[in-house]
Amino acid sequence: MNYQELMSKRAQDIAPSPIRKYFDLAETMDNVISLGVGEPDFRTPWPIRSAAISTLERQSIFYGPNSGMMQLREEIAHYMERRFNLPYCPENEILVTIGGSEAVDLTFRTLINPGDEVLICEPSFVCYAPLVRMADGIPVSLPTKEENNFRLTAEELRAAITPKTKLIMLSYPNNPTGAIMRREDYEPLVGILRDKDIFVLSDEIYCAMTYGTKHCSIAEFEGMRERTIVVNGFSKTFAMTGWRLGWMAAPAPIIEQARKIHQYAIMCAPMISQRAAIEALRHCDAEVAHMIEEYDHRRRFLLERFDEMGLRCFEAQGAFYLFPSIESTGMDSETFCETLLHEERVAVVPGSAFGECGKNNIRISYAYSLKHLTEAAVRIERFLKKHRS
Amino acid sequence: MKELLALLKQNARLSNAELAAMLGKTEQEVAAEIADLEHAGVIRGYSVILDEELADRDAVSAYIELKVTPQPDCGFDELARIIANFEEVESVTLMSGGYDLGITISGTGLRDIAGFVAQRLATLDGVLSTRTHFVLKRYKEKGIFILEEPDDERGVYL
Repeated sequence: MNYQELMSKRAQDIAPSPIRKYFDLAETMDNVISLGVGEPDFRTPWPIRSAAISTLERQSIFYGPNSGMMQLREEIAHYMERRFNLPYCPENEILVTIGGSEAVDLTFRTLINPGDEVLICEPSFVCYAPLVRMADGIPVSLPTKEENNFRLTAEELRAAITPKTKLIMLSYPNNPTGAIMRREDYEPLVGILRDKDIFVLSDEIYCAMTYGTKHCSIAEFEGMRERTIVVNGFSKTFAMTGWRLGWMAAPAPIIEQARKIHQYAIMCAPMISQRAAIEALRHCDAEVAHMIEEYDHRRRFLLERFDEMGLRCFEAQGAFYLFPSIESTGMDSETFCETLLHEERVAVVPGSAFGECGKNNIRISYAYSLKHLTEAAVRIERFLKKHRS
Repeated sequence: MKELLALLKQNARLSNAELAAMLGKTEQEVAAEIADLEHAGVIRGYSVILDEELADRDAVSAYIELKVTPQPDCGFDELARIIANFEEVESVTLMSGGYDLGITISGTGLRDIAGFVAQRLATLDGVLSTRTHFVLKRYKEKGIFILEEPDDERGVYL
């Protein structure tokens, strides 16, 4: 069979992950220290695991309601209300999904008509543009700048909006930069968006990981809730990546359409994870606070070390990433990462993987123990010394 | 203070500068806080966690359960103090449950420890019985892995 001829053009046009090759190489080498992963190093807190075990022992694992267990949706509504002052109705405004990623995909498929433009703030997580294309939309990159702390400004937004703009994709706290948007940063954007027929998809998966400030959602602003889809999940906050559980919260007409797609494609999110997640939302505030405190120590430690070695790094206040600039080495991010891997056996992710505007940066994950980070910093420092002289 | 202690428990060799960076304080503030904690007796000392097998192949450790008669005026404290004064003794704790004092000791051989228990411990006034457990292998101590740390199973997914 001529597969290429027969298979979907759209699927084949999606570029494979730009860093796959490079991390495959890292796997063949000895003594490599990775700062590459995008998931917590903590184990899922025990009360959550215990709830899953007791579910297996005491319950049958049947299909559940398409939208997710009512009890879980109620807890999600409580959580959003108590943490972010965002009231959502568990009956018809919350949909439990397989991780935040499904919620992102569902949003695109629910909102986009062929040819609609989706503005994607960059640098950003890599899944947005391919998923927009799969939904027949046109991804339009909206680069943010380090000099603005990688926050989106009103001028940038205004200049990017066209009559075809259907949706703007925001993800703060941001992967890969660690940037956050504060209330005062959203205000001017809200002024632009409030009277337009443009939706906002706000991916808030890292909402628990802010350091020194409280997370602010754009849906909190008057007039924004009706045009915003909030995506969130359990993976990062509760260290539950492999449990595959997230949610979307949006006005009822949007959820109604998204639920149909979810129902036919997925049926329901995993029931063991759903029962465990109820426990997470009810009883794990202390465990989460402990993890955040540790991330913050590591963040400060690395910022200080980078400062000492003269590696310019924007002071990230969210997620668990730093995004230092490697401009001073004269290398682009891919060359830098490849050379660093070969010479010092440290694996980091080139900023270019997250959009053209990240080509002078590298992404450093600090979801690693302090011991691990200390050794990695020593190697990076040695590398920089060598390549600057 | 709690954060500072948590960091020191993970690694007491972190410099004041590193601690200051992590806690968002100045080096002077950290130094003062540590001095206060030492002065108040909260921090009693700094030690090192070894893989004893690598450090000294002949080293032997044991955990000893002691049943004792409490003294009328000072309970278990006096006897515990006497035992703590032996150089071989690494820790002494008063326990709830089936015995009273738990002791860890180390020596250079089985005989060393047997001698210590028979001649020094068992003969003390107030000691009713002893039970000695030898340490066969250490896996983790004070939160630090003695064995190799578990592999990082996380893949790289963007």
